[in-house]
Amino acid sequence: MSDAFIQVENLNYSYAEEDGREIPVLHDISFEIGRGEYVAILGHNGSGKSTLAKLLNLILTPTSGRILFDGKDVAEKELTEDELYQLRRKVGMVFQNPDNQLVATIVEEDVAFGPENLGLPQQEIRRRVDESLAIVGMTEYAHHEPHRLSGGQKQRIAIAGIIAMLPECMIFDESTAMLDPSGRKDVLRTIETLNREKGITVLTITHYMNEAAKADRIIVLDDGRILMEGTPAEVFARPEILRKAGLDVPQCSALVEGLREAGFAISGDCYSPELCAEAICRYIQEKRA
Amino acid sequence: MKNISFGQYYPAESLIHRLDARAKVILALLYIVCSFLCKNIISFAALALSAVVLVLLSNIPLKAVFRAIRPILFVMLFTVVLNVFWTKGESPLFSWGILTVYPEGLYNALFMLVRILSLIIGTSIFMTYTTTPIELADAIEQLLAPLKKIKIPVHEFSMMMTVALRFIPTLIEETEKITAAQKARGADFSSGGLIKRAKALIPILVPLVISAFRRADELATAMECRCYRGGDGRTKLHVLHYDAKDFLMMAVVVVFGVLLIGLNMLAIGYTM
Ligand SMILES: Nc1ncnc2c1ncn2[C@@H]1O[C@H](COP(=O)(O)OP(=O)(O)OP(=O)(O)O)[C@@H](O)[C@H]1O
Ligand SMILES: [Mg+2]
Repeated sequence: MSDAFIQVENLNYSYAEEDGREIPVLHDISFEIGRGEYVAILGHNGSGKSTLAKLLNLILTPTSGRILFDGKDVAEKELTEDELYQLRRKVGMVFQNPDNQLVATIVEEDVAFGPENLGLPQQEIRRRVDESLAIVGMTEYAHHEPHRLSGGQKQRIAIAGIIAMLPECMIFDESTAMLDPSGRKDVLRTIETLNREKGITVLTITHYMNEAAKADRIIVLDDGRILMEGTPAEVFARPEILRKAGLDVPQCSALVEGLREAGFAISGDCYSPELCAEAICRYIQEKRA
Repeated sequence: MKNISFGQYYPAESLIHRLDARAKVILALLYIVCSFLCKNIISFAALALSAVVLVLLSNIPLKAVFRAIRPILFVMLFTVVLNVFWTKGESPLFSWGILTVYPEGLYNALFMLVRILSLIIGTSIFMTYTTTPIELADAIEQLLAPLKKIKIPVHEFSMMMTVALRFIPTLIEETEKITAAQKARGADFSSGGLIKRAKALIPILVPLVISAFRRADELATAMECRCYRGGDGRTKLHVLHYDAKDFLMMAVVVVFGVLLIGLNMLAIGYTM
C-alpha cells in the first residue's frame, strides 16, 4: 500500500515484571493501515490487543521492531516531549471505561479539554467543541454533568473530546464493551460516520464479531500473533480458524454454516444479516427455478 | 444515585449568576468583612436586610437557601445558648437556679445569629449557589496566579480540585455498588459496637481504594493522550472577564461596609 498511515514492522513487546522476568505479549507483529481505512482488530481476552493499542499511542515503547506514522519511525529513539505531543494530537485514543476518560464536570468543558491543551484561541475551541458535539449528536447535552449521562452518551462525549483535537486517526480500545446494546449502536454509528464522512482512519479493537464485520479489514490476533488478516468476507469464511483463536463467528455466519452442513448449498458471503438474508433468498429462488 | 449534585450550584438567570467568578470570590470575602463590621442593632439590621436583598437578586428559591443553613442549625443553636447564658451584664433580666439571663446576652445571641446567617447566605450566594464548581476552581486559580512566581503549583491544585469534583459522584456510586455487593455476601454494617462497625467497613474501603487507583491510572493515560502537559501554554474555553457590573457590585459592597461603620457610630441601644 503506497498510502500507508501506520506501518508496524516485526513488533515485539514484553512486559517487565518486578522480579526482572519478562512476559512476552506480542510476537513479531507486522501490518499496515492505510489512510482513511477502517480496520478492526479481533482477539480473545489477553491476546494483547490493548498492549498493541498502547504501543500505537506511544504509551508503551516496543521491545523491538518498528512503528511508522506517515513513514516516520517513532520507536527507534526516545521522542522529545514535543514530538510525542504532535503525534498524540494526530492519533486519538478512546478507552473502554467512559467514566475514567472524562476530566471535567460539564460536558462542553470536557470536550474542550484537548483543544485547551493544544493552546488554541478561544473562538477556535468554541467552534471545535460545538462541531464535535454535533458530530456525536450530543449538542443538547453541552451543559449537562457527565455523571448523569448513560454509558453510551458518556462514551460519545469521550469521542467528541478526541474529535475536537482533529486527529487523523482514532483508536478505539473496546470502547463499546461496557455499553448496553443501544449505547453500543450509537457509538458504532458515530465511529462509522467519522470514518466514512470525515475520512478519519479508524482502528477498532473488539471481540464483538458484528462490530468487526463493519470494518474494511480485520486483523485476528491470537496470543500475541497475527493469525489471519483480510476483509470481513475472507475472515468470516474461515470459522474453524476463528474458533481456534477462541472467537465466535457472527450469528448469521453460524446459521449459514449450519444450513450448509445440513445439505443446503448456500453460496456467497453471509457475515452480516443483510448479506445472509440475500444469500438465503438467492438460494430459495435458484431452487424454485 | 444519579441525582447527587456536587456543590450546591443552582442554575438560574440572575445578575449574580452573570458576575465574573473571580469578582464573586472577592465579593464573598468583602461580604465576610462586612458581617464582622457590624456592632449595633442598626448595622445588624442593615446586614440582615442585605442578606435578603442578595437572596432576591440571585433568584435562588428560599427552599434551596434553607438547605445551606440546615447543616449549621446546631452551631447556631449552640451559639445562641452560649451567648444567652454566658454573657454577663449589669441588671439581670431574670434568674433561674444558677442560670441568669441579662439583656446583653439576648442582644449578643441575636447579633451572632444574624452574623452567622448572613455569612452563610452571603458566601453561598456569591460562590457555591451561583458559580459552578469548575468556574470557582478557575477563579481561584486565576486569583492565586501570582503565587506561581514563587513556585506554588496553583494550576495543579486547581486541576486536582476539578478532577476531585468530577470523580466524587462516580466514587459515591461505586461505594453504593460495593456496599450492596458486600451485603449480598452477608456483610453486616448495622449491628455491633463502634469497632465492629468500623471493621465492617474494611471490605468496602479496600475495593474502593484499589478501584480509585485504577481509575486514576486510566485517567492519567487518557489525559496524556489528550495532550495534557500541565498548565503552561493551556488556553481556556471559558475565559473569565470582568466588566462594568463586576466593578459596580464590588463598589456597592465596599460602600455598604463603610455605611455599616457609619451606622455603628449611632448611639442606639446595646453595642456589641
Ligand atoms: N502492565 C502489565 N504488566 C504485566 N503484564 C501485563 C500488563 N498488562 C497486560 N499484561 C498481560 O499481557 C497480556 C495481554 O494483555 P492485553 O491487555 O493487551 O490483552 P487484551 O487483548 O487487551 O485483553 P482484553 O480483551 O481483556 O482487554 C495479558 O496476558 C496480560 O496479563
Ligand atoms: Mg484490553
